[in-house]
Amino acid sequence: MSKSILIKSGRIIDPASDRDEVADLLIVDGKISEIGQINSKDQNVEVYDAKGFVVTPGFIDIHCHLREPGEEYKETIATGTKSAAAGGFTTVCAMPNTNPPMDTKSVVDFVKNKALTEGVIRVLPIGCVTKNSHGKELSEMSELADAGVIGFSDDGKPVSDANLMRQALTYSAGLGLPIINHCEVPELADGASMNEGWIATRLGLKGMPNSAEEVMAARDISLSELTGGKVHLAHISTAGTLDMVREAKRRGINVTCEVTPHHLTLTDEAVLSIGDESTSFDPLTANAYDTTAKVNPPLRNISDMSIMANGINDNTIDFIATDHAPHSSVDKICTFQEAAFGISVLETALGSVLSLYHNKKVELGTLIKKLTSDPASFLGSNLGTLKIGRTADVTVFDLDETWRVNSSLFFSKGKNTPLDGTSLTGRVKATFYGGEYVYRND
Amino acid sequence: MTLETASQQSFGQKHVLDLDSFTSQDITHVLDNTLAMEQVLDREIRKVPALRGKTVVTLFYESSTRTRVSFEQAAKILSADVINVSSSGSSTKKGESLYNTALTIQAMQADIIVIRHPHSGAPHFLARQLRSKVINAGDGTHAHPTQSLLDLYTIRKNIGTIEGKKIVIIGDIMYSRVARSNLWGLTKMGARVVLCGPQTLIPNDFLNGHRTEEGHPFAAVEIQTDLDTALKDADVIMALRLQLERQKAGHLPSLREYSQTYGLNARRLAIAKDGALVMHPGPMNEGVEIETDIAHGAQSVIEEQVKSGVAVRMSLLYSMAAGQNLEI
Amino acid sequence: MPLIEKRIQNPVQIERALTRISHEILERNGGGDNVVLVGMHSRGVPLAQRISTAIERFEGIKVPVGKLDIGMYRDDISEKGSPLMKPTDIPSDINGKTVVIIDDVLYTGRSIRAAMDAISDFGRPSQMQLGVLVDRGHRELPIRADYVGKNVPTAKDEDVQVRLMEIDGADEIVITTNNNDMGDKT
Repeated sequence: MSKSILIKSGRIIDPASDRDEVADLLIVDGKISEIGQINSKDQNVEVYDAKGFVVTPGFIDIHCHLREPGEEYKETIATGTKSAAAGGFTTVCAMPNTNPPMDTKSVVDFVKNKALTEGVIRVLPIGCVTKNSHGKELSEMSELADAGVIGFSDDGKPVSDANLMRQALTYSAGLGLPIINHCEVPELADGASMNEGWIATRLGLKGMPNSAEEVMAARDISLSELTGGKVHLAHISTAGTLDMVREAKRRGINVTCEVTPHHLTLTDEAVLSIGDESTSFDPLTANAYDTTAKVNPPLRNISDMSIMANGINDNTIDFIATDHAPHSSVDKICTFQEAAFGISVLETALGSVLSLYHNKKVELGTLIKKLTSDPASFLGSNLGTLKIGRTADVTVFDLDETWRVNSSLFFSKGKNTPLDGTSLTGRVKATFYGGEYVYRND
Repeated sequence: MTLETASQQSFGQKHVLDLDSFTSQDITHVLDNTLAMEQVLDREIRKVPALRGKTVVTLFYESSTRTRVSFEQAAKILSADVINVSSSGSSTKKGESLYNTALTIQAMQADIIVIRHPHSGAPHFLARQLRSKVINAGDGTHAHPTQSLLDLYTIRKNIGTIEGKKIVIIGDIMYSRVARSNLWGLTKMGARVVLCGPQTLIPNDFLNGHRTEEGHPFAAVEIQTDLDTALKDADVIMALRLQLERQKAGHLPSLREYSQTYGLNARRLAIAKDGALVMHPGPMNEGVEIETDIAHGAQSVIEEQVKSGVAVRMSLLYSMAAGQNLEI
Repeated sequence: MPLIEKRIQNPVQIERALTRISHEILERNGGGDNVVLVGMHSRGVPLAQRISTAIERFEGIKVPVGKLDIGMYRDDISEKGSPLMKPTDIPSDINGKTVVIIDDVLYTGRSIRAAMDAISDFGRPSQMQLGVLVDRGHRELPIRADYVGKNVPTAKDEDVQVRLMEIDGADEIVITTNNNDMGDKT
């Protein structure tokens, strides 16, 4: 019998119920009980003053790397879920590139159990497309589906073999689950560590051209059309990919896609680590080759980055997903070529994404939708909403609080973010999971 | 006598990571002092106490006897203590990571570290981690500033000025760190630069007109795929080494075809200006990018390039050690 | 802060001092046969040349004149910036010779110490002597001049400048008083 909580006077934005109004929200027994003008004289009700804050459904992240089992030095399910909670997320989907990978029921069960015993929010598993993610043989998808995976992915790597991708789409279609593909043609991206372009040229780094992603995205769209299978393009990064998805949807093909907060807000200039007054034409400083900006797909140039906001506005992009990829300093304090790919995103996601609202590129309601009801639809679940009777996963945030990112204070073991030391506007104040506090910052 | 130091202090670099941060005054300063350094090399006692008590560490992750010895000589003639650290060759073993090596070097209290590494940005990494000054002796495909300085010195010594001269760089621009640094050095000194080579060996963003963006440092650099056209009226020709791996990686059909279209031979040399300089950073693939008779011919200053290397590096080390306690 | 300049020697006075120094060198060394003059860049060089010309006029002997840049022998390399070095040219074998170092102003003595180190790297003179146009005091090392044009006691915030026709277009010596404490100590 958990305590009742009354979240008072917040601006409740719930895209699934078309709600955007200042009201009170009552949580009883871990469920949304009432929304409106509520004056409770009940002493068992704890009041949380949300005046001036925004109250939304808990965010849902379809793409998250929790690293456990196998790479606990980078992150554990415990630290990863705490990090998620601090970022306002109440559901994360765990990518299967663990060690051992999630290509069997036993590993999936391990992750589920760990999440229940040591995690603080909901963790939904994703299974491998192929055995060991080797890209050669299909994994036992039916068993994985029974174990509760929400989809299949070999993320980290693409499914390179076109015929295997075809089979995977066909097989998974029968299970009603998507193949989530990391689009990257290995031959075009081989040895590359950042976006191909002027900045890579002057840094003397091999770059990944947009085509490396687009060629495979085009392939997957065509295969989806051929098989009727559901393909989801992970972390898209180029205007070309966006255009292809738009056209494919127009033609009724069963393709979806996601974008990360960093591909919405950062460019390959981040690798130079320069201030606002400098340009990519200025001399390099000792701060260049910033490994915190090394990510796959790479941060692209300004025109690709800017166009992602259009994709959010016209619904070509189905939702925002973090691709949270924590690494330890061993993997990042080294040369750029040696560094691991990945950014620790969970705790800065909201602040990053809200910059689109503050810069008047995307409306607030749309952004919330892309973090809540849209990922929920993708999962085919009834999460991501504040409807009466639903489980009380609630996020409260301050839309206008400006704060300085200090990665050493992250709950995540991954301190690897190019946003360290920068300012963000928009900050999570409290996160409720099943009606219980899992994060609080007053 | 007043030492006209404070007023003439025109070398403003803390590290030497690439020539992109050098002003033309910095470059001129290093080149001007090189003559005094060459005089020291001609003496009977080839030693001056300028860097006495300073420690110079050379850290070479790629085997390169010539460059390392050149730096070692330069430092020793200036009376510095030199410590040579070389990797057994595998720089990717986590146990021998650059970071760990950097911590060891920190303990040596190196004043200046000279690093050559197969990864672009390795010198920048060291500059961030350590208090020492860092000289880049070649990092990946990014830069080789001291080679470029000695190329500039050789040009200046032979034809007087660099400004306004037509310099043609032939070959593997994409993977040549020497070409990259020379692009910076030559444009800063006002030369007219022409790049010539197979399109697959020229960076894509150089080909695609992106250099029209305002303020692009290489806006005036010309790209030419036909060598005969490029060589017309050239004052200096720099041939770059073509590595065998390029053919294997699919950039070229064969070395033979490369040699036919881009090899420097007597017929092509005659198209350039009379007395045009022939240069090459070495080591040469004679018969591929340059014919033997041209490499050792009257117009070749390739041996001189090697010889100037020590004096140029002495001048650089001297400038870097000077003013260390100043806020640079 | 305005610079206050006070002229303390005019061209005639400078010429007289150089003449006297030239005679003193000859007197002290029993003639000019075994003497080599080494002028320190910048203004020591034209002074050394004038002395050599004078000696040739008096006794018909051509005393060789060398040029020395001490940039690589300074003991304060970390404190100052990197100077532009001028050519060093020691014309003949100095082994067993009397090397007379010529400079315009003697101050702390550090330049002279550096000059002695540099000259020792070229050979082994039988002795080294020092001739300066101005000695302004404030020595920081036990170094003294054998030949002095004029003793000019100064305060530390003053600066003595020798100007010569060959470099500055006129011959004169001035004392300047300024607020700039970075007057280089020589």
